[in-house]
Amino acid sequence: MFTYTLRRLLFAIPTLLIISFVIFALLDLAPNDPTGDLPLTIPPEVREQIRASLGLDQPFFFRYLYWLQQFFINEPLNILERLTGWQFGDGNRMRVLSWATRSPVVDLIVQRLPQTLWVVGLAYLFGVMIAVPIGVISAYKQYSIFDQIGTFLSMVGYSVPTFFTGVLLVVIFSSYLQWFPSVYDTNLVVNDFSSFVQQIKQMALPVTVLSLFNASQITRFVRASMLDNLHQDYVRTARAKGVKEKSVLLIHVLRNSLIPVVTVIALGVPTIFSGAIITEQIFRVNGLGQLLIIAVQGADIPLVQTLTFIFAVLIVLFNLIADVLYGILDPRIRYD
Amino acid sequence: MKNLKLLLAGTVAALAFAGSAAYAARGTDGDLKILFWQAVSTMNPYLSGGTKEVYASSMVIEPLARYDEKGELVPTLVTEIPTVENGGVAKDLMSMTWKIKPGVKWSDGTPFTADDVIFTWKYCIAPDGGCAQAAQYEGVKSVEAPDPQTVKITFTEPKPYPYSAFVGAQSPVIQKKQFENCVGAKAPGCTSANFGPIGTGPFVVKEFKPNDVITLTANTNYRDAAKPAFATVTLKGGGDAASAARAVLETGEYDYAWNMQVEPEILAKMVAAGKGKLETAFGTQVERINLNHYNADPSLGAKRSTKEAGPHPSLSDPAVRRALSLAIDRSIIVEAGYGAAGKATCNIVPAPDAVASTKNDSWCLKQDLAAANKLLDDAGWKKGPDGIRAKNGVKLSYLYSTSTNSVRQATQELVKDMWSQIGVGAELRNASASVFFGGDPASPDTFQKFYADVEMYTNNFDGTDPEKYLAEWLCDKVPGPANGWQGQNIPRYCNPAYDKLVGELSKTAELDKRATLAKQLNDMLTEEGAHIPLVHRGSVSSHSLKLAGVKMNAWDSELWNVADWSRAK
Repeated sequence: MFTYTLRRLLFAIPTLLIISFVIFALLDLAPNDPTGDLPLTIPPEVREQIRASLGLDQPFFFRYLYWLQQFFINEPLNILERLTGWQFGDGNRMRVLSWATRSPVVDLIVQRLPQTLWVVGLAYLFGVMIAVPIGVISAYKQYSIFDQIGTFLSMVGYSVPTFFTGVLLVVIFSSYLQWFPSVYDTNLVVNDFSSFVQQIKQMALPVTVLSLFNASQITRFVRASMLDNLHQDYVRTARAKGVKEKSVLLIHVLRNSLIPVVTVIALGVPTIFSGAIITEQIFRVNGLGQLLIIAVQGADIPLVQTLTFIFAVLIVLFNLIADVLYGILDPRIRYD
Repeated sequence: MKNLKLLLAGTVAALAFAGSAAYAARGTDGDLKILFWQAVSTMNPYLSGGTKEVYASSMVIEPLARYDEKGELVPTLVTEIPTVENGGVAKDLMSMTWKIKPGVKWSDGTPFTADDVIFTWKYCIAPDGGCAQAAQYEGVKSVEAPDPQTVKITFTEPKPYPYSAFVGAQSPVIQKKQFENCVGAKAPGCTSANFGPIGTGPFVVKEFKPNDVITLTANTNYRDAAKPAFATVTLKGGGDAASAARAVLETGEYDYAWNMQVEPEILAKMVAAGKGKLETAFGTQVERINLNHYNADPSLGAKRSTKEAGPHPSLSDPAVRRALSLAIDRSIIVEAGYGAAGKATCNIVPAPDAVASTKNDSWCLKQDLAAANKLLDDAGWKKGPDGIRAKNGVKLSYLYSTSTNSVRQATQELVKDMWSQIGVGAELRNASASVFFGGDPASPDTFQKFYADVEMYTNNFDGTDPEKYLAEWLCDKVPGPANGWQGQNIPRYCNPAYDKLVGELSKTAELDKRATLAKQLNDMLTEEGAHIPLVHRGSVSSHSLKLAGVKMNAWDSELWNVADWSRAK
């Protein structure tokens, strides 16, 4: 198992390098321009100077190598310096700078990460917590009323896009009933009970929207996997032995059914980091998804490049984790 | 004379403000919540020319003088506006002198001096800095300080309208002490200074979260001890225009929201909730359709829309250009897409009133299909079996491009329908705004390349003087491969008589004569069909009924008088 993991990790290095190059090339080929959003009153000569000051007058390969150096050498050194207090060189390394804010991209990401983890991560957690019991009961009582309603709801949750449910909830609960705020207050500091309630209130709508979406997806997997197992011979054996129905279901069947579900959940973790772009935008949660969409709109190439690349790293990593987990959970699977 | 009046008006206004301040005190009205649906990226307008950055920073850093809601100059950090009459502007128009108000302090308590003004100029013109507002300092030869309270600006050539450097929200003064080590290529590295500039304005940056939210507190060193009324400002960014409007007009969570680019009927419904109102101000923005004077036939390949391609086969006919304008019902376009935020116009310079012409309103403002049809008939353009007019094998069928935006696409449909009634066909196309306005010379979809017969967008000019703007239609400003597609004469209009008149404008100092010349130039462009002006666009913002003192301004930052805003009692 260990050598397998090591091999996979080594393989990941060229994969990621290729991915970074593809992202960089794609972004470079895109006809977006960082000065495209500026008022037309800014004359073309000035725009040319702005582009030059962003380094856009350099050749493509030079810019790519420069980014590699900034991302793989300068930024890690910087993080190390900050963590340990050691000093490498004169400390005057060029960091990856966002074009729109002219501030280090990594700082922006660090600032955004907590909100995304809280809102999107919590929604993922809730989604799983709702999905597993519903999936189990749906499968156990296949074609019952509960199953029908569950299937219907998960189909609705799966097919109705979040930009619709999000706005719908805002119209009902913020505009009409005025129970929850429609704008996420990112300056809120939780230090007493009332601010805690405030935080819960402002997280309620985005978390609901995303939980619904996540739960619908995972429920389908749990149900299908449970159904697969319920008709297996070992279940019949267990029942014939006189094992209590509760144990049959929750110990024998559920455990085995969760193996593929765990993989699916692990594969979905990177999407937490990439944030729910649309939902974050609707509720103005200052997470990574919103950061990405603003960067794309403003042609802030270094920020898009870095964010996309970090997502790529997470996807590669969690694919590996899912594979390893699968091997650990299911003794029949061995990689070596 | 005019400037004297302007000064008087400014004084009266200042007195009026002083009167109202008698019963207000600094920081007594709590938190002011502002919503910008495009989030602010930096507080340094010299590093980002975006409107949102310019507006946000105007609460913190100030220019020497700014425009009020009527488009008149008012002194902010100086005692008066220099003019030729009061001796502030030299008789030969080669220099001007600003007198700084005594006792003005930066928010850190240090005195504001002429040195800071000089530094600001040096900061922006430094090579490799990529200063977004460099155009404001164009033609400035030197900035000097005869004494700490006096700033003397010398120009490279006579400047009939000298109010550009240090005037308006685009060129505020920054503190020398703070930015001293951030000049040129080092500018982007000074993150904390760029996010929290020290200023003379009513508010100070407390915390800046880029692309998200800015927290500001009242400046304890602000020159008016009774202002600002609000103790703090929270400027939240992100989302979309419709939900921003909802947060002010329906849920009442915010006091002020900027740039309500929302369909008029949706806005009307939100206003009906009774929590807020809309404010509109008309500046110089005009939505226009540019008519390509060069041939844009795709078969010409890289040569299209350049001089080598030759004149446009049909749009070079003045009768066609006039007919295309006559066929358009501007009032329908305004009603459908702009509501209170638009007025039908036939001018490319629609404001200020002094330079707005009315000469062509009689024939141009009203749709006249009969006249348009007759013009085309007389010019020999005959309708074919498909209903499209043609002459010698040239069809009146146009590729019509614009940027992606729901209002623009709706306008395209309307215009296409109107043109079909005079036998003119149109194929509609749109490109993402960041591509269309991006100016990438490698992209075929930019508005500068104009690989289309007609294209539609909005442009305007800063401040109130149109000279630089009208110079965009000079023959030598035509974009093409030779200048990297960088010219501003997008319609490729070229008329030596026009060029001569612009030359005259640049040498004229008297305001009345300048206005007459500007009107003449504007009329020339409309009459000769360089373009078809459609809608004079206003800026619309919304504010809560609980907010008092908002004076919507299209000539400067919308937040120009935020120091006077207060909580409605």
